[in-house]
Amino acid sequence: MAKRKTQRLYFILLGGLAVATGVALVLTAFEDSIVFFYSPTEISQQTLSPGQRIRIGGLVETGSVNAEGETTTFTVTDTAETLDIVYRGILPDLFREGQGIVAEGYMLASGVFQASDVLAKHDETYMPPEVADAIKAAGEWRGDEAPQQEAMSNSATASP
Amino acid sequence: MNPEIGHYALALALPVALVQAFVPLIGATRRDAALMAVAGPAALLQMLLIGTAFAALTQAFIASDFSVMNVYQNSHTAKPLLYKISGVWGNHEGSLLLWVAILAVFGAAVAAFGAALPDRLKARALAVQGMIGAGFLAFILFTSNPFLRVDPTPAQGLGLNPLLQDPGLAFHPPMLYLGYVGFSMAFSFAVAALLEGRVDAAWARWVRPWTLAAWSFLTVGIGLGSWWAYYELGWGGWWFWDPVENASFIPWLTGTALLHSAIVVEKREALKSWTILLAIITFSLSLLGTFLVRSGILTSVHAFASDPTRGVFVLVLLAIAVGGSLTLYAIKAPKLEPGGLFSPLSRESGLLLNNLFLATAAATVLLGTLYPLIAEALELGTLSVGAPYFNTVFVPLMVPLVLLMGIGPMMAWKRSDLAGVLGRLKGALVGVVVVFGIALALSGVDIIDIAGSAGIALAAWLFFASLTEWAGRVRLFKSSPADLWKRVSSLPRASHGMTIAHLGMAVLIVGVSGSSAWKQENILTMGAGETVTVAGFDVTFDGAELIRGPNYESVQGTFSATRGGGKAVTLKPERRVYDQPVQQTTEAAIHTTFWADLYIVLGDGPADTGRYVVRAYFEPFVPFLWYGILMMGFGGLVSLSDRRHRIGAPRKAAAIAEPIKA
Repeated sequence: MAKRKTQRLYFILLGGLAVATGVALVLTAFEDSIVFFYSPTEISQQTLSPGQRIRIGGLVETGSVNAEGETTTFTVTDTAETLDIVYRGILPDLFREGQGIVAEGYMLASGVFQASDVLAKHDETYMPPEVADAIKAAGEWRGDEAPQQEAMSNSATASP
Repeated sequence: MNPEIGHYALALALPVALVQAFVPLIGATRRDAALMAVAGPAALLQMLLIGTAFAALTQAFIASDFSVMNVYQNSHTAKPLLYKISGVWGNHEGSLLLWVAILAVFGAAVAAFGAALPDRLKARALAVQGMIGAGFLAFILFTSNPFLRVDPTPAQGLGLNPLLQDPGLAFHPPMLYLGYVGFSMAFSFAVAALLEGRVDAAWARWVRPWTLAAWSFLTVGIGLGSWWAYYELGWGGWWFWDPVENASFIPWLTGTALLHSAIVVEKREALKSWTILLAIITFSLSLLGTFLVRSGILTSVHAFASDPTRGVFVLVLLAIAVGGSLTLYAIKAPKLEPGGLFSPLSRESGLLLNNLFLATAAATVLLGTLYPLIAEALELGTLSVGAPYFNTVFVPLMVPLVLLMGIGPMMAWKRSDLAGVLGRLKGALVGVVVVFGIALALSGVDIIDIAGSAGIALAAWLFFASLTEWAGRVRLFKSSPADLWKRVSSLPRASHGMTIAHLGMAVLIVGVSGSSAWKQENILTMGAGETVTVAGFDVTFDGAELIRGPNYESVQGTFSATRGGGKAVTLKPERRVYDQPVQQTTEAAIHTTFWADLYIVLGDGPADTGRYVVRAYFEPFVPFLWYGILMMGFGGLVSLSDRRHRIGAPRKAAAIAEPIKA
């Protein structure tokens, strides 16, 4: 059955090609689209190349939010260090002082974080896990006193 | 009806599911007809019991019975009836109950309408359905009971998250679940066929309608979710590559592959073990999707319940289902009879390539979705994989797939002639060049314009090629009108369905390319009387006022938009604060023309200035996304109505459908 063997070879070649294409694409994409998360403490400890896309997170410091036109500046903290953030646009519905947020963007040369997206969870009792970890790492965790409510526990396909 | 009856019925359903899982299986091995015959009644009884439980919970929601914990946490007397009902599945426990309820209905459908199925295949498939049902029932009863009581009874409920109080989202979960659970039928038939050691055309003919139905529902379900995210979240985007979106999209990709490979099994009895593997993988990914969403293990921009015990339970279920079925596959698949041969240039090859592209795309999306978890486990740091990754890997895989979609349906089975096919597509190629030229002329020559125009040209290729294929089949230009009608009506519905779905895909690609390339965003602060120009629309802010809704208070802005001095349209975006739970939501105002949306969001204003932050988007071709998705879902349903899929139905139906051929 030479013909069946030919067909099998054809399958194997195609499969190999698919795997190779997939791996090549994934490696190229990983190169520049993985976004690391840093807490304000970690940022103060290391130098990041300007323009590198990162995520940061922390609690919005009370009294720090300042809106001027469509640009908002505020400060986040992990209770040890703080970081100033500037954002242009409409903040998410649940953004408020004292709330844990995650922001994506890059560091400006001035040491201010330019955010392109600000993510606040849809649930006011919810703490982004990275922020909780960052605050734990900074040694200021008040425990899980706020029961995590199941406000949006369904399988909603959604976004920020 | 009271919650205890519901709880009791649910508890009874578990042993019934266990009986359904094992007795027919033993019967099939021993070839004992009496034991196998248990499967049908057990499946019907299961539907009755789970249906009772579901009805009891729905009743508790409608009657606002706050003595039930689930109702107390997710409902409120002031909520409109629709959202009281959708509140049943707008939460973890209720949505799982919906999951098993759909599973039970599907199982009962096989039991009731599967008279023509071979006895052992039917017994085994129902047994596998019983196992899935038992797993999920145990999950609900032991970790997520929707019937728990609260004492004392609270006077008022906590209310449903306002973001979920929306018609798009009321039907999104049921649609998704119809899709997920529909794939469980393909899975059960695949496992049954492996146990049987036999896969043939008749098997594929049984699996295909279930896969088609599941695929159509999943398509519409994902579309509803995307539509909701677009108009409700006020971000002007319709797809975010969010882990929870991916969770439903990955099974869609493999399900689409399954849909196509099952055709090869049906027509040519080839690719049999691959199809079985796809059926197993597709359902496993549906389970994984449930796991990812329910466990809260992934950092998502969604907020959902994170409860480790539940996560572990689903993970164990997943391990049993995936591990068990793949082990069975490894043992049994090599013994399947080898299928028909075909040349590298044939319809079979085209469908195989389709499968490879879809499977590779599914694998890369899965990797990107899970990578943050893997990195965390390996202590590589906390990271996220965002949209750029997915766009980089996904688009290069989809472009050749779409090119292939134009050619594949015109290839002959077994051995085909590529030059001949391309010759017939000359007209389509001319059309593509013309469309590309027009798109460039209208947009410009920046990189983004060329990319957008290329996307639209790709869509045009698929559109014209699909029409060419259809026209060739009905001999559009070569027969008299009467003859043509005869040909159109005698062409199998599955062919029409394919054409509609492929055209829908083309329309969807126009939406994706156009909105990605030419979206315009304007953020500014506006006071009453000021005007801003967005993509030719003059948008004037007329002012904002405080209004009162049934269960919310709202700042409502009024904008009037005109284009080229035409008639003004009014847009009223809102910023609502709901009473219970107290939560702020953004209601974007959208003005839709056939081609594009004008999309306005009202933000907070600096206090006491009368000025507001306004985001105005011009969203070209976004409506095409919804047209495309509807066409794809409709194509699936048309294909489903093909009489060949009803081969197992009473033979009378086939006889009635016959005369058309004349």
